[in-house]
Amino acid sequence: MKRIYLDHSATTPVDPQAAELMMTYFLEYYGNPSSIHFFGRQVKKALEEARYQVASLINADPSEITFTSGGTEADNLAIQGAARARSGKGKHLITSAIEHHAVLDTFKYLAKNGYELTILPVDEEGIVSVDELKKAIRPDTILISIMHANNEVGSIQPAAEIGRITREKGIIFHVDAVQSLGKLPIDVKTMNADLLTVSSHKIYGPKGVGALYIRKGIKISPLVYGGSQERKLRSGTENTPGIIGFGKACELAGERMEEENRKLITQRDKLMNGIISRIGHVKINGPLGDKRLPGNVNVSINYIEGESLLLSLDMLGIAASSGSACTSGSLDPSHVLLAMGLSHEVAHGSLRLSLGRHNTDEDIDFVLEELPKIVDRLRMMSPLYHKAN
Amino acid sequence: MYSEKVIDHFTNPRNVGEIENANGIGQVGNAKCGDIMKITLDIKDDMIKNVKFKTFGCGAAVATSSMVTEMVKGKTLEEAMDVTNAAVAEALGGLPETKMHCSNLAADAVHAAIKDYLDKKIKV
Repeated sequence: MKRIYLDHSATTPVDPQAAELMMTYFLEYYGNPSSIHFFGRQVKKALEEARYQVASLINADPSEITFTSGGTEADNLAIQGAARARSGKGKHLITSAIEHHAVLDTFKYLAKNGYELTILPVDEEGIVSVDELKKAIRPDTILISIMHANNEVGSIQPAAEIGRITREKGIIFHVDAVQSLGKLPIDVKTMNADLLTVSSHKIYGPKGVGALYIRKGIKISPLVYGGSQERKLRSGTENTPGIIGFGKACELAGERMEEENRKLITQRDKLMNGIISRIGHVKINGPLGDKRLPGNVNVSINYIEGESLLLSLDMLGIAASSGSACTSGSLDPSHVLLAMGLSHEVAHGSLRLSLGRHNTDEDIDFVLEELPKIVDRLRMMSPLYHKAN
Repeated sequence: MYSEKVIDHFTNPRNVGEIENANGIGQVGNAKCGDIMKITLDIKDDMIKNVKFKTFGCGAAVATSSMVTEMVKGKTLEEAMDVTNAAVAEALGGLPETKMHCSNLAADAVHAAIKDYLDKKIKV
């Protein structure tokens, strides 16, 4: 059976060029970059090259990049690290309702431990209101964290606008850019970001690697103590093959972004329009056009439940994801869709198809041919559909 | 994560639909939690002659609904009342731990349909 992978927002395959490069650092240049001998020096050079490659993709200086074990750790380091370093100046933190759990749950942990938290709502397209954010700022606000683009519905946030406000007020601005790296141009300077999270495995790099951009002059506290690696911000021997693979993936992403986006946007719009025209009672979640990530399709299919849909698609070789409770690991459906005002029922029936580098037009045609049949079958089984007719 | 039997009942569900003029109708669950099961029964002489289901829910919800219809078809009301959610899960070769509570309601739906039948009978 031909398998069609449409879950690139969950993870991506490692680019063969990155994987090949990594092999060298597993097998030949296996030294510890802190060692002063040949083995250490060799890998230290490659580590710094990777730091340069990551920095280049977001217009940062290599010295502003701290490698971590992934996006989740980078988010934790940014939020806990900034909150602790600034706790003498205030206790108030601001984030949005549609952040990734790595951000949201870190803030909730801090809110239980002496900090005060404001969670901003979003509009029906899943975009944070700058006016609401301005209103939420208090004299004791020390940190604001807003994602660059949402992982579920692809909504792009007004990061630069928010950055202007935070810079003017001297509030630390953290941006979770895990979903936008390599897909949208990122310039930490024009965005006025103080901290910015990126992850490797979403851009055809290996899993287990991420980085935090920390603007020069911004002080944060580390989470991990030990051998003082990464300028004491992240102790522990560096995951050198992973970091070097990540660097390569960043370089390739930068080179391919423009061309790849043209393809992704065309395929995305074909998929969205095809679903709308072939299936009744559906709703596109998230914004349309250039306020949406190039490869993201998110649609609620009324009267059916997401996990059933995913199982049925998987049987045909199509890999996708859903915001239904069954797939979120909790009893509630996606917090993002609920924050956008969707009912539980409609949120349970959401389907996310995230396109990537290797998807072909034939893949899209296959999905558009099969999805309506699956929906018909599940609706025939649904006690809700009967009522709707 | 699902057993072969669950996948079989999900892919080829038995007794899907609604019985016209059913004399016992039961519905459990709600859209908020993501599972709704509706059972319709044709009962004659305290025996389940026919049973059909409609379910909005995950793979486990569909499979348990399908399985319970097979387990109670042709049974007396008393026998059907003895079929438990746990027995349905067992007949399917088990369910993932997270599904045992939220999606394992099919026997409840049958019991609700039988109670509906009995209530109507008393009123008549």
